[in-house]
Formats: sequence, C-alpha cells, structure tokens
Amino acid sequence: MKKFVIQRVIAMLITLFIVATVTFFLAKAIPGGPFTKEKALPEAVLKNIEAKYHFNDPLWKQYTDYMVNLMKGDLGPSFRYDALTVNDIVRKGFPVSALLGFVAILISLGLGLPAGIISAYKQNFWQDNFVMFFSILGISIPNFILATLFMYIFGLKLHIFNTAGWGRWQDIILPAVTLAAYPTAYIARLMRSSMLDVLNQDYIKTARSKGLSEYKVMTIHALKNALIPVVTYLGPLIAAVFTGSFIVERLFFIPGLGRYYVTSIYDRDYTVILGTTIFYAVFLILANFAVDIIYAFIDPRITYSTEK
Amino acid sequence: MLKKLTILMLVVAMLGSFAGCKKAAPAEEMVLKYNVGAEPQYFDPRKATGIPEFTMLLNLFDGLMRYDNQGQIVPSVAESYTVSPDGLVWTFKLKDTKWSNGEPVTAQDFEYSWKTALSPEIASEYSYQLYYIKNGEKYNSGELTNADEVGVKALDDKTLEVTLEAPTPYFTSLLSFTTYLPINKKLDQSNPDWAKSADNFVSNGPFKLTLWDHNHTIEMVKNTNYWDKDKVKLSKIVFTMVEESSTELMMFENNEIDWGPNPPLPELERLKNEGKLTISPYLGTYYYLFNVTKKPFDDVRVRKALTFAIDREAIVKNITKAGQLPATAYVPPGVPDATPGSDFRKVGGDFFKTYDPDEAKKLLADAGYPDGKGFPKFVLLYNTSEAHKTIAEAIQRMWKENLGIECTLTNQEWKVYLDNRNKLNYDVARAGWIGDYTDPMTFIDMWVTGGGNNDTGWSNKQYDEYVKTAKSTGDQAARMDAMHKAEAILMDEMPIGPIYFYTRPELIKAYVKGYYTSALGYTDFKEAYIEKH
Amino acid sequence: MIDEKELFKPVNIEELEAKEYIRPSIGYWADAWRRLKKNKLAVTGLVIIILLIALAIFGPMFSPYEYDGTDLNNVYAPMSRSHWFGTDELGRDVFTRVLYGARISLAVGFVASFINLIIGVLYGGISGFIGGRVDNIMMRFVDILYSIPILLIVIILMVVLKPGLKNIFIALGISYWVGMARIVRGQTLSLKEQDFTLAAKTLGATRGRILVRHIIPNAIGPIVVTATLLIPNAIFFESFLSFIGLGVSAPMASWGVLASDGIRAFQSHPNLLFFPALFISITMLSFNFLGDGLRDALDPRLRK
Repeated sequence: MKKFVIQRVIAMLITLFIVATVTFFLAKAIPGGPFTKEKALPEAVLKNIEAKYHFNDPLWKQYTDYMVNLMKGDLGPSFRYDALTVNDIVRKGFPVSALLGFVAILISLGLGLPAGIISAYKQNFWQDNFVMFFSILGISIPNFILATLFMYIFGLKLHIFNTAGWGRWQDIILPAVTLAAYPTAYIARLMRSSMLDVLNQDYIKTARSKGLSEYKVMTIHALKNALIPVVTYLGPLIAAVFTGSFIVERLFFIPGLGRYYVTSIYDRDYTVILGTTIFYAVFLILANFAVDIIYAFIDPRITYSTEK
Repeated sequence: MLKKLTILMLVVAMLGSFAGCKKAAPAEEMVLKYNVGAEPQYFDPRKATGIPEFTMLLNLFDGLMRYDNQGQIVPSVAESYTVSPDGLVWTFKLKDTKWSNGEPVTAQDFEYSWKTALSPEIASEYSYQLYYIKNGEKYNSGELTNADEVGVKALDDKTLEVTLEAPTPYFTSLLSFTTYLPINKKLDQSNPDWAKSADNFVSNGPFKLTLWDHNHTIEMVKNTNYWDKDKVKLSKIVFTMVEESSTELMMFENNEIDWGPNPPLPELERLKNEGKLTISPYLGTYYYLFNVTKKPFDDVRVRKALTFAIDREAIVKNITKAGQLPATAYVPPGVPDATPGSDFRKVGGDFFKTYDPDEAKKLLADAGYPDGKGFPKFVLLYNTSEAHKTIAEAIQRMWKENLGIECTLTNQEWKVYLDNRNKLNYDVARAGWIGDYTDPMTFIDMWVTGGGNNDTGWSNKQYDEYVKTAKSTGDQAARMDAMHKAEAILMDEMPIGPIYFYTRPELIKAYVKGYYTSALGYTDFKEAYIEKH
Repeated sequence: MIDEKELFKPVNIEELEAKEYIRPSIGYWADAWRRLKKNKLAVTGLVIIILLIALAIFGPMFSPYEYDGTDLNNVYAPMSRSHWFGTDELGRDVFTRVLYGARISLAVGFVASFINLIIGVLYGGISGFIGGRVDNIMMRFVDILYSIPILLIVIILMVVLKPGLKNIFIALGISYWVGMARIVRGQTLSLKEQDFTLAAKTLGATRGRILVRHIIPNAIGPIVVTATLLIPNAIFFESFLSFIGLGVSAPMASWGVLASDGIRAFQSHPNLLFFPALFISITMLSFNFLGDGLRDALDPRLRK
C-alpha cells in the first residue's frame, strides 16, 4: 500500500507539471493579449507595459520564469486587476467557492443517496416513482434556467431570499440548491441502479436466507458494494460542482473562484488562467486520489498490488 | 491528526469568508446602491480607463474643473484662471482645499500627478489625454527624459501654470476628466501601492473610500474634508459589481439596488411602460467598419450600397428601443459647434437618408453586382453581446432582401475580435465609439491615416489636412469649419457605415435625485440624494 | 416374497423429457427487447425520441416561416394562431426556430455521446481488463486529462477556432469519454475478480471471449446508463457554451442558445424561455426513461 501511495504522489506531481505546461502554451497561443483594447494604446505606452510584464522575453524564458515562481508558490500578478495578485484571487475566492461547493455536495449526497436507496428498495412503488420524478427534473433542466427560476420565484416574487448576493447564511441556499440539483438527481439514479444490481445478486439472497435482519443485509452487504459506482462519480461530482459554479456564481453574484475561470480567458489574464487551472487541477487530483483510496476500502476484491 | 486539523482550518476559512461582508446600514443614513458592474482594473486616476472606474473615481476625486448638474463646466478645485492671448498658457489659482486625510491640496500635487501620468514608467493607457500639454507626448514616448520640460509647473502652493502644445478651446472640459485629477504627492512617494486597496487611499472629492472588497463591492462615504461638503447629501454609496444583466434587473426590482445601468434589451419595452427606465444622452455612435483594403469593399459604391440598405428606423424602433436616433452622419448630437448653444450635428445636417434601398440597389449595380449577382460571400464580425447579435441578424437579413447578398455572421469574444480588427483581418465589423470629451475632435481624429484607432485601412490626405488645421488653432469658427469639411469627406468615402447614435437607458429608482449623468458615460453623485419614499 | 423387480419400473426417456418445463431459448438481445417493450415509460421515451427526430428533420420543411426570416414590425408577438409560440426579438417565428433548434441540439447530443461512448468503453475496458502496469499507465493518462479542466480547454479551443457546430462536436467529443472510461474500468476491475469470470477462465475461455461474452454484458448496465446520460450532458454543455457566447453562430440556434437568450427576456416574454426549456426537458426525460429501460432490459441477471 505504501508503495502505491508514493507512486501516486509522484504521479500527481508529474501531472501538475504537465497541466501547468500545457495550459501555459495553450493560453499564450490565443490571439490578443491582456492589453488589447478598443482605444489603441500609444506606441510608447505599449512598449512600457510589455517591458514591465516581460512580454517581450522569448517564450521559453517566460515559461521558465513562471515555473520557477510556481514552485515558490508565487502565482504571479493579475494583468486585468492591477490591485490583485493571483495568490490574492485564489485566497479570497477559494473559501467562498469551497463553502458553496461543500454545501452543494452535502445536499447531493445527503438527499441523493437515501433517495436512491429507498427508490431501489421500494422499486416500482410510489416512493420509487416519486423520487424518480424529482430526480428527472433535476437532470433535465439546465442550471442557468433553474437559477433564474429560483431567483424569480423565491426572491422577486415570494421575497423569501435575496435574488443575489453573499454575506448572510441565507444567501447560500438558493445557489447551493441550484448547484446541487443535477448531482443530486444523478446520484439518486445511480444509487438506485446500483442498489438494484446488488440486491439481485446471489450473496444477498444467501444473507437473507441465513436469517440476517433486513437492516444488516442492506448495510453490511448491499450498501458497501452498491456504493462503488457512486464513489466513482465523486470525482466527476466535484468537477461538475466546480464547472457549475461559474454560472451559479455569476448569476447569484457570489465572490468565488468559479467566475474567474472563464473571465480570465476573455481578459487574456494569463497568470489567472494558469493559477486557477493549476489550483483546480490540484484539487481534482487530490479528490481522485481520495476516491481511489476509498475504493480500496470498500471493495476488498480490488487490489492495488503491482505484481500480477 | 494532521488531516483533521487541515479540515478544521478549511472549515474555519470557509465560514470566515462570510465575515468580510456587509451589515445593514443604520436607519438615518442616506445610502445609494449602484451597480457599477465591473471590478476596476486600475483605481489610480492616472491610469484608469473604463467608464465604471471613471464614475467611481470622479466621485472620489475633484479636478480643477467639474461639470455641474446643469452640464456646465465650472471651476472646482480651481478658484479662477486666466489664459494668455495666444491661448497657450493657462494660469490657475487654487482654492484652499484639503485631502481626505486633512492635508492641504497643493499645485505641486497637480504637477506631480500629470507629470507622473505621462511618465513611461507608469505606462498609463490614457496618457494620450495629456498630450495637449506641451511636450507631453514627447515625454511619454521617451523622446524627452527631463520631466521639467513638460508644460505644467507649480508656481507656488496655490498657483498652477499650464502650457499647451496648441490652442485648445475645450481644455476646460478636459480638466474635469479622470486623467487630470490630482493625487496626493506625499502619499504616492511614500507608498506607490496606495491605489490598490482602501487602507491607504487618499482622495479629495465628495466621497472617500472606505471598503474595497475585490470583485464584489466598493463602498465610499461622505468626505467631511471636502471643500464643498455642504452640497453632499448622501452618507454612503455602495457599488456592487454584478455582471449579469438579468440578475441586475431582478435585484433592482427586488429593491436590492437603486440603480442598474445595464438593463437587458428584451425587457426594455416593459420597463419603459412600467416607468422604470430612465433614458439619458450618451455621446457615441454605433457603426460598421469596412475593410477598404479588401475587395469588394475597396469600391466606395459597394460601401455606400451596404450602408444605405440598412433600415435604421426599424432598428432603433424595434430592436434597441431606447430612444436612439438613426445616424445619418458620424458625429453624434450633443457636441457644441462654434456659436454657443449650437450643435455640431445640427449644423452639419444629414449626409444620407435613414433608409434608401433604391439608391443602394443602383449603386451596387453600378459597381458591377446587379441584384447581388457575383457578390462574394463575406463575413460580418461582431463581439459577443446580445444586442450586437440581434442587430447583425437584422442587417444580414436586410442585405439579403434588399441587395441579394449573402453574408455569414461570426461572433468572437472581445480580445480576438479586437485583435482581428486591428490586424485588418475581417470583411465588415461592428464598432462603436464613445466620446472622451465634448468636442467633435474626439470623433474626427480617429480616421487619420495610420491612426491607432483607424481599423479600416482608409487614408485620405485631405482629411488629414483638415484634422491638422482644426488641431492647430483656437479659433472655434475655423476649427468647426475644418471638422465639418473632414466629416463631409468621411461620409463621401464611407469607410464606415454609421447606424445609430447611442443613448443611456438605465434603471433608476424614482426616489434617487440630484445626480448628473454625463453624456460621456459616467455619473456624478456629488449632489445626489434619496427622497423619502 | 415381493418381487423387487416389480418395485422398479424402467423409466421411459420420452416421458421424462415431457415433464420438463419447456421454454424456447431465445437470444440475449431478443430477450432484452421483449423486456424493454414491457416497460411503458421506456417505450414512451423511445416514441418521443423518434417523434422529435422526425420533427427535427421534417418539421421546418412544413412551416410557412423560415427560421431566420425577420419581421421587424412584429417583434415579440404573443402566441397566436399564426405564430403558435409567438415571435422573438426580430419577429422570427419561435415554433420554427425551436424545431430548427431540435436539429442542432439532437445532432450535438448524438454525435458527442457516440464519440465518447466508443472511446470510453474501449479505453476503460481494455485498461481494466489487462490490469497491472498497463492499467496503471492508462489510468495515469486519464488522471492527467481529468485534471486539465475540460471547461478550460474547450473554451480556449472555441475561442481560437470559430464558434460553430463542427467545433462544438470536436470540443464535446474529447470532453466526456474520460468519465465513461473510469466507470467501465471500475466495473471491469470488480467483475474480473468475480467467480463467474474465474469459472470461465478455468474452463479455458480465451481473454477475448471472456471480455465480450462475460464482462461486457455484465458491465452493460452502467455503460448504458452512462451513455444515455451522456446525451443530455452534451446538450447541457452545449447550452453552457451558448450561455457564455460560444455556441453556434447566429442566426442558427440550438435549444441552448434559445434558452440562454430567453433568460434575459423571460419576465416580459416567458414564451421565449419556456418552449426551448420545455423541449430540452422532454428530450432529457425521454432519454432517461429509455436509458433506465435499457438498463433493466439488458441486465443478464434479470433474465427470466
């Protein structure tokens, strides 16, 4: 096991290096720069700006400079926002996005898992249909439409919440529910499908015929195995929450990290593009790593030995 | 153990992210909530470039001159001024005014601000606004390295002497502009990063900066050290940075903000009918650029045909719907002409009809493409925005129905679009221009040969001559005459096809009063107040 | 004495066989189809999908309006007999535009899902099945791809290429196979260790035969569910791209484009949001019902 962990850590570092490199060159390949403006800059000013930000250095030098700073933990200045460094942006935005994402994931798992289990257990009864109905709604409506509807109904019309903003604990509810809608539905369906698979297996029949209580059958035998596809989904779940966060943060006016992903590309703010991508990558890699560890614990049949 | 600790720290950090956020204001305060819509790129007046920044900075700072609520330019920090007979030397006497930290505002502050704004090190994108000052351009380009040769000098603490390159009658209105605002010299020399946060920010205007939550909110309160503080009635302004127009609308209708400058186009009709929309003048023109270096747009008849085939009335009535005017010339109304009270556009008149499909068909046939036969398929380029898209779709259809020509629409995001325009990598492209100051020159001097903003490749020696003439004299009659002649050439050769003149449709609560919406795009809240409601 | 011989009668072979419960043995797929037909929801979904495809292909031909026919004197017209869904900001008939949007959205869904399915199943199946070092390397590669936020790549791609249908296919085609590969690999890994696989191996089945006849049919459940949900994923992602302005070029419009535009108009003109959203939802529902039905129908352990 230890060997496995060490291998993975090395792999993670290599991955990060590749991610940083690829993104760097991709970002620089897009036409236009951060100072391409409608009112064209006077020649002299343009020269000064380029000198200040080392845009005239050969690309290789810019790259190595960036990587060296990266290893020191310095993500560089932002070109779009003169008053902020990328470290500032990440430091300020990440806790907000993390909180929002965390609540969304809590909702997804907290609602989705039980819903899927009940649904499978009571297959084709009303509980099943009820859960499936709502989960299908969650999957079939794009989140920007959901967001707008929530803001309109619960904000503008019913005055239960503010339509947008961040600061009071109530402000987190609408955006988190919007973010969680799709994953909750997905998890409910996945869990149901997986539970159904497991419940039809022979070893369940064996457990029941052995006289085990239904509760024990469900938890000890059925659940652990049924969770595997869901655990696999955890990685994409976190990714989906991050992706969704761009729209949700923008529509609900939330000062998180999500909205920087896209605006930084529009602004050609290279350092922000790189910083957010790398940060996101670290997060995802760690999440996937955690998922694989959980895998090993849940399914004893899966082994991670490197000999065969 | 370490894992638990990390999780705990993360949770604390996340919950702490709530902490920096606003609490409700006490009841007696008069608070205005304005959606400025974007985080400032630069909050240093010497470097600021966007209209959101201008609005905020002009409320934080005060220049030698300022526009009052009647739209007149009046002395502000300046007490009075005199101009030499040749129009080149302006001498300003300053009032006794203070910075928000109590220090006196001096002529040296102004001198320092303008000189550093022109310095190559600061690399200000709006430094060209200061080129009216003698040797300003030379110093900015590095041709001159001695700042003392730049034509601004503090004769004493309260006297500022400015020498211009050429007589500039509209210099007083320029002085209200952001790039001409003063900064605190002592502060900048001791702490060059003062403009990056609210902590050390010092200004001399009606309001002072108290909170800057990046990419989220900016707050400013009444500046009790402001020389004209008795006119300031608002106790606080909260600037939110909501970018999504549908969200801004809902926040406005739910009373979470008092002022939204970006209502979504499809809702304008309803908002007008419900009395929620306020339309103010805006000095700008919306037009299409023709790449005159590319066939068939090198033929003036083709350019004119395309321009005349556009039904402008239909566009402003059914699409933009905010009282815009069809543009039958380039310079919009709202710019004064030679005689006081006159308008350049009125004097200049119209150069063509708002919609002339017959003439368009004829011109196209003359150019060799009767009924559009043989006309190459081309690309109409615009930057991503719902309004530009809708207008482009309408015009695409008009060209097809009136002229029989096909074009494809391509939207590109802002930077790519600008880059392609600059490099002349397009056929026809959408463009818009907002004036930097209220004089026709801000529009006219764009199209000189090789001008940085001339994205058409068009060049006309006579045009250049007229521009030069207008720039070298202080005689308003002569200037205006030259600029009218220049515009006539522009409209005769039509490297650009004007479509409509802008307006500013905004969502403003009826109880907000006393503000000044400048036709240049910014808003002044110095005398604004909130009526009891 | 009892004659022992009389206690035992010779059994007739035919009699014995007659007592067996005979059922015709039908193939795997025929059985699946039979089961699917019984599932009312799945059948409804299938029918709706076929209807939508037909509408998409033939619908616009029967409409008196063109999808890009502007009528500036009739903008934002309410629903009426001549315009069933009303008109949009340029006076174009919304019903025709929605039908036309069906072409684009459905095409995006099918093509993207198909590409991802093929790549994902092959990649994940082979990786999980071979296992060991090969699996390690292949999965490391997948991890790397996973960690480059797909969003970023796609947006950068769309920014460099011209926004357009072909490029959306490319962008979506490379985006989702990774998820499928992971799931398939996970399934393969666990199925590989199950007893029936060991049994087949012991009996001498070749690796290929095990993969095709034992592992894949047992893995089909999650594969089908995932593939069916890839279609709405693709349509969703396309609507996300439209929302940030990277969708198909005007005046073409997918449902995503129509819905995104509808967001900014819905208070005054709810029909502009409602109808595209409705069609998106119906399409999603149909694919989900179908997917569920297929899952139940294709599960070999549910064979009756």
